[in-house]
Amino acid sequence: MRPLTEAETRAVFEKLQRYIGENIQLLVDRPDGTYCFRLHRDRVYYLSEKLLKVAACVPRESLTALGTCFGKFTKTQKFRLSVTALDFLAPYAKYKVWVKPGSEQSFLYGNHVLKSGLGRITENTAQYQGVVVYSMADVPLGFGVAAKSTQECRKVDPMAIVVFHQADVGEYVRSEDALT
Amino acid sequence: MAAMRVEEMLAAAEEQEAEKRRSITVEKELELEFDLGNLLALDRNPPPAAGLRGAGPRREALLRALARDNTQLLVARLWELPAERAGGAGGPLVARLPEPAFRLPREKPPPRPRPPTRWEQFARLKGIRRRKRTSLVWDEQAKEWRRRWGYRRAGGDPARAWLAEVPENADPEEDQFARLRREKRERVARNELNRLRNLARAHRAGTAVPAAPLHPTGHQSREELGRVARVARVSTASLGRFQPRLPKEPAEPPSRSGGKKRRFEPLLGNLAAERSRQLDLLRDMGSKKPVLDITRAVNKQLRQEEAEAAAAKGKKQSQRGKRGRRQQRAGR
Repeated sequence: MRPLTEAETRAVFEKLQRYIGENIQLLVDRPDGTYCFRLHRDRVYYLSEKLLKVAACVPRESLTALGTCFGKFTKTQKFRLSVTALDFLAPYAKYKVWVKPGSEQSFLYGNHVLKSGLGRITENTAQYQGVVVYSMADVPLGFGVAAKSTQECRKVDPMAIVVFHQADVGEYVRSEDALT
Repeated sequence: MAAMRVEEMLAAAEEQEAEKRRSITVEKELELEFDLGNLLALDRNPPPAAGLRGAGPRREALLRALARDNTQLLVARLWELPAERAGGAGGPLVARLPEPAFRLPREKPPPRPRPPTRWEQFARLKGIRRRKRTSLVWDEQAKEWRRRWGYRRAGGDPARAWLAEVPENADPEEDQFARLRREKRERVARNELNRLRNLARAHRAGTAVPAAPLHPTGHQSREELGRVARVARVSTASLGRFQPRLPKEPAEPPSRSGGKKRRFEPLLGNLAAERSRQLDLLRDMGSKKPVLDITRAVNKQLRQEEAEAAAAKGKKQSQRGKRGRRQQRAGR
């Protein structure tokens, strides 16, 4: 377990900025305590200082996970955001997509969102912008990347993909052993 | 009253002038020695001993005043030098400095002499001394003084020699011209080989050889090249800070231990400092984003056009609606 280096911190923040923009400050600088990022076995964890002090006592080989896992660094040092970060992305998301009840299940199985399943989308969403996907009852389902901007979404045909799937809460069941 | 006020004002003005003049005149017991070529001023006045004892703000103030006075004198001397405008009429005023008189000591140790070559060792052993040769030789055929070698040498142009005698003990079928050419080539090659060998010997012998940091040809190990490249990069006036990087060079300077051990921040270090560093990083990242987002601007424009089109269509439909229905009824 160690703190992130400058380059690693930059990579993580850049990824988070795609989804929550300048609200990262609210994650870094919290009024209710000091929270920090730590790296353990290529995975980035977000935890409070209290928890960090306790986790420091655990030997490195025995430590499995700590706090909330935001994602991991791949072999080539690219940062990949995982679904376990959804709790922190959803309240601060800048661009949101609501999915109709019929295609909720399709998204939760790992498929992309088609125009026919699109309920609502935030105005001014640019193409390839990071978005958080909600159900019509405002329950966060996962996050993805907008395949089309809001303008184009209106004109495109119903079978076209509008949101690329990146992570969904169904992964908690599907890839239970891959999540830490 | 008015007279008093005027007097007061005059006194204040004179006081100001005196103050200004005081700031540019400096009184010293002994004159300073100047070497304007090096921008050097030597002050041999004994410093006030009492004030400089012990550290403290008073000492600092005294030292600063001393430095300021000496700098004032130096600058006054610089202004007396002949000056001109650099780069035409609008350029800056530049003073022409005289030659430096003060010899600065060497920064690095003087270079060590190279080890003697094989010939030099042999000559020293045998006591052979170098004979000074004349540069011009008398050419009997051309009846004038010609140079010993080179353009229009004495003895004629070797390329245009049309005769090559066959020596007594040589094979009569052998091509003499080819032999001469081959022997010259061999001589040149042998000479070059010996020169390189001498250089290699010098390079090997000296551990910190300033004359030949890199082996002359080939046999340059990767570490040697890296080391020399690193030294070359730092050998600029700003110690390599503004040197452009080579295509495959890493962006960060390589660590002193040669990349064997990575060092990280402590696990439970200063969390407040870490947080402030991260906030700074966020600020830097945020500031780099372009203020004008092209796609958003384009989308906005498209939306505006669509809205206008929709409004126009709506108006036309409503107009045509009433008239159209009437027309239709009339038409039928």
